[in-house]
Amino acid sequence: MARAAEVPGLGMLAVFSDPLSPELARTLDLGGYRWKALASADEASDAEPGTGWSGAVVDCSVDSESGWAFARALRKRDSVGLPLLVLVTGAQLSDLALRDELFDDFCLSPFHPTELESRVRHLLWRIDGGTRPEMVEYGELGLNLETYQAYISGRPLDLTYMEYELLKFLAQNPGKVFTREILLSRVWGYEYYGGARTVDVHIRRLRAKLGEEHAGLIQTVRSVGYRFGQSRWGH
Amino acid sequence: MSEMLDQHRDYVLRTVEERGVRLVRLWFTDVLGNLKSFAISPAELENALQDGMTFDGSSIDGFSRVQESDVLAIPDPNTFEILPWGGKDAAEARVFCDIHRLDGSPFEGDPRQVLRRHMKAAHDQGFTFYVAPDIEFFYFETPETGKVPVPLDNGGYFDLTTNDATGDLRKQTIRKLEQMGIPVEYSFHEDSPSQQEIDLRHTDALTMADSVMTFRLIVKEVAASQGVYATFMPKPLEGVQGSGMHVHLSMFQGDTNAFYSEDDPYNLSPIAKSFMAGLLRHAAEITAITNQTVNSYKRLVPGFEAPVHISWARNNRSGLIRVPVPKRANPLATRIEYRSPDPACNPYLAFSLMLAAGMRGIEQGYELPDEADANLFEIGDDVLAKLGIEQLPQSLSDALRVMERSELAREALGEHIFEWFLRNKRDEWRGYKTHVSNFELDRYLRSL
Repeated sequence: MARAAEVPGLGMLAVFSDPLSPELARTLDLGGYRWKALASADEASDAEPGTGWSGAVVDCSVDSESGWAFARALRKRDSVGLPLLVLVTGAQLSDLALRDELFDDFCLSPFHPTELESRVRHLLWRIDGGTRPEMVEYGELGLNLETYQAYISGRPLDLTYMEYELLKFLAQNPGKVFTREILLSRVWGYEYYGGARTVDVHIRRLRAKLGEEHAGLIQTVRSVGYRFGQSRWGH
Repeated sequence: MSEMLDQHRDYVLRTVEERGVRLVRLWFTDVLGNLKSFAISPAELENALQDGMTFDGSSIDGFSRVQESDVLAIPDPNTFEILPWGGKDAAEARVFCDIHRLDGSPFEGDPRQVLRRHMKAAHDQGFTFYVAPDIEFFYFETPETGKVPVPLDNGGYFDLTTNDATGDLRKQTIRKLEQMGIPVEYSFHEDSPSQQEIDLRHTDALTMADSVMTFRLIVKEVAASQGVYATFMPKPLEGVQGSGMHVHLSMFQGDTNAFYSEDDPYNLSPIAKSFMAGLLRHAAEITAITNQTVNSYKRLVPGFEAPVHISWARNNRSGLIRVPVPKRANPLATRIEYRSPDPACNPYLAFSLMLAAGMRGIEQGYELPDEADANLFEIGDDVLAKLGIEQLPQSLSDALRVMERSELAREALGEHIFEWFLRNKRDEWRGYKTHVSNFELDRYLRSL
């Protein structure tokens, strides 16, 4: 399914070699990455951005020796472990066995753009503290912000988009009281067809879906608005 | 707005993926209010959300004429819900569609588009129209052709005894409704044997019309799963109350209930009064839509808590419009209750016409007649006539005759639906009129 490209952070990828193959350039561009083509490890040092490289893609398929040298140099310099992916041909697969410490992932070249893009994304995500998807949790309620899925006591909650957005906003701000107007402007974000009564309607639908047991997660604060979870003063 | 729509679509696509939805049902409604559905695979959904799905509308009641039969169903991502009966591994979802012509313009035979048009018109004048229906229906043992339906119990109003064999069915139904995001306000055993009432919490009229369609399906599904039968037929049993769908109506201007006024002895604003006057003045004209079957008019008779006369009152359930007293005098809960519709109506068209009649009253500044607080069932017709209180149409034929002359109904429904509806319903009436019933055979065969 075609999806809009997501730009993972603002980091810059170090890419060997220079010039790099047009397929590789296109794949990285379509994936929404910022990258710099580098001919040598020295160049990688000189061109390194202030925040450091966020990852490296090393194409060994054309010039295997320079490629591995580049990878080794980056590894030596950066003991923290820069996420590094190598591209190798089928004939070079045996090289991998001897160089386990030099890469975090690899991809066969010629590569399928979707595979490479997906591997790069996972690599950055995994290393960048992204071992688990971004979650909002409160008691037995969980919202996975990456998959848009909500759970209560382990069972999935089937929400419409606006119900999900409303619950997400509330769960991200537990204990705070919001007026209908604030909720409308923060969640709906524009002069909505229904006016602030829309908020009431959605709150009721959310409560219905949360079920009797959990409906109390969203409390009505009389003549003010709504509050998610316990108040910060414990009543 | 379009960015919002994109996010909506994304959300829907992602949910389909995450929940392993195998089938997406595209729902829409024909002119008579029957739910129609066709299913697509998740792979087709993205395309459907973007461009709609073409189908041949010529076999849908009240849709295209044959020469321009293809129409486009465009899913409304707002209404995407996982259905509560798909298995864990084969989840199914539904999404309501708006029907368009192939050139993208709204299709005039689509009841949902009609209601959209009216909501928009009210919105352009600063109003949002909220409704909350009280829906009545019966459970029966699976019917046999030609036999009188058999109730499941002999319970009565609010009964909570072992007599209420239907309580469990009701409970299951409510759980499923709530899973689909349709909150229930009250539910109870109604007056007649096996008769139920479930009251839904108010929403804007378009959402509610969708909810009523979903409601009717869920009630029937749950009943069928237990080997019984649920019906929204307005008067299935002779001699006991029929099933109505009282509709509570209110209008908001922003956050203010436009029907409320602190200064008025009834707490009704001039807007509320004109709206009521509009409903009353045009009530007869819209009755064919709010009560669209031959059988509907067997409910609208004296003595069974159904309205017969075109009147209003605060606490008189024999009138057409009741003005309930809000709990704790809450201004936000100020509303009126329109009591003639039955649950067999097309909710999109019924809400559209109620709104159109009320808005006409507001636009033209109609005067609200006096409250009729006596029990109208006990007053003679001559007295009522003197008071200027008229009756609702007495039969489908009467209702069609009034509707046919109604410029309001024609305009509100649009030429296409107006013409088709009259044609279809006259046909129904003709079929009924020429049918020789058991009543006649029993009464006349031997004696004449």
